[in-house]
Amino acid sequence: MPTLGADMSAGKLIAWRKKPGDSIKRGEIIADVETDKADIEVEVFTSGVIEKFLVQPGDKVPIGTVLAIIREEGKPLVAAPSEIRAAAPQPTEVSPPGRRLTSATRDEAARLRISPAAKKLASELGVDPSTVTGTGPAGRITRQDVERAAAAKSVQPIQPELAIGRQARMRQAIAAAMARSKREIPHYYLSTTIDMSRAMQWLAAENLKRPVENRLLYGVLLVKAVALALREVPELNSICTDGRATPSSEINVGVAISLRGGGLIAPALHNTDHQNIDDLMKKFLDLVKRARAGKLRSSEISDPTITVTSLGEEGVETVFGIIYPPQVALVGFGKIVERPWSEEGQIDSRPVVNATLSGDHRVSDGHRGALFLAAVDRLMQEPDKL
Amino acid sequence: MTRDQIKAAVQRTLGSIAPEADLSQIEPDVALRDQLDIDSMDFLNFAIGLHKELNVEIPEASYPELATLNGCIEYLTSALDVAIEAKERATVQS
Repeated sequence: MPTLGADMSAGKLIAWRKKPGDSIKRGEIIADVETDKADIEVEVFTSGVIEKFLVQPGDKVPIGTVLAIIREEGKPLVAAPSEIRAAAPQPTEVSPPGRRLTSATRDEAARLRISPAAKKLASELGVDPSTVTGTGPAGRITRQDVERAAAAKSVQPIQPELAIGRQARMRQAIAAAMARSKREIPHYYLSTTIDMSRAMQWLAAENLKRPVENRLLYGVLLVKAVALALREVPELNSICTDGRATPSSEINVGVAISLRGGGLIAPALHNTDHQNIDDLMKKFLDLVKRARAGKLRSSEISDPTITVTSLGEEGVETVFGIIYPPQVALVGFGKIVERPWSEEGQIDSRPVVNATLSGDHRVSDGHRGALFLAAVDRLMQEPDKL
Repeated sequence: MTRDQIKAAVQRTLGSIAPEADLSQIEPDVALRDQLDIDSMDFLNFAIGLHKELNVEIPEASYPELATLNGCIEYLTSALDVAIEAKERATVQS
């Protein structure tokens, strides 16, 4: 069960899309999974032949559980694990690369790899460490693993589907992730006002020339500017695990999308900085449509390296967001409003937008955050180069 | 194309944008954004969908005319009439 965000501790397999013996290619969808926030299409990250399914439709299992065994092309058959939670070292697990998870077998239970802090937390939360899947180095159980296991316990009542609706479960999941963020991440907040007149003029002229299917929205300019600015301040594009931040090799901006009926989800626009503005717009539109139709892919949920949220359409002028762990920064944009603007002794009225940065003080400081916002501002003054 | 056919096309397109919505309950003169909780991304997808469904070009400046179901029907009826007239003129001239 792939890790699909800090606010997810378990997932329910809805259906397999393949059967044992089928060949499958990297990137293909192998299963549909229901989470507290949305239904997700699970991709595979290797090509091969499906050996065995270890989880059946209807089963709800914690993240990190091996769902299936895939024999990689050109590799010999390997005995499948005898039970769901026993990870096989050779076959490929159906989980995202870089987040591949291992779990202890019963024989290893007596010598669990668990930090003292995680052990203490497990004791406090009433979690049996031998039932926890470790995601740290060499399968070490971290505090986050214990928290997830505790959350999974709390969301598994006797009749979960009857007792609590998805909206309530989503709210619980968001609350758990945000509480963890506020508890563990020392946030700092910065704000700047960006002159949007050049961007809006350029956008209006562009859209006049374009057929409807190729038109742009200002939001895509802001997202691209954020992605390019991250190249200049890469520490804001990091993933922080157990207090240690690692800069991400890709810039995958997660865009916060509100779901009808409540809640939100922030799937990734992969390699945002490398996309030209037209491709990015098409992918953004497609992502929004699929997010609201419950058709997101697992990599889109697991891969964001920073989140951008905009509440401008709801009339909000300034957004002070909470960082979504394990990310270390969140960028917020408010409503574009007309304001008096003074430049070179002249005052006129211009469209402006408030941009905010929520940063993790363990990873960056206000000076670097300020450079980042300044870069976003500078990039927005040359929209044709985005 | 009749008004009913245009209305059906608008509803089909809205259904692809907001699949969970009960389209039969839409108030014809109340803003679609408010009734269906759609934002600018949804609206652009809606305009693209109408273009594909009806082959009508919709300038950005005309978006406000598509704010309600009745507004959509009025605008698209007129746009389709204009397109047919233009086609007929072109046929006569050639």
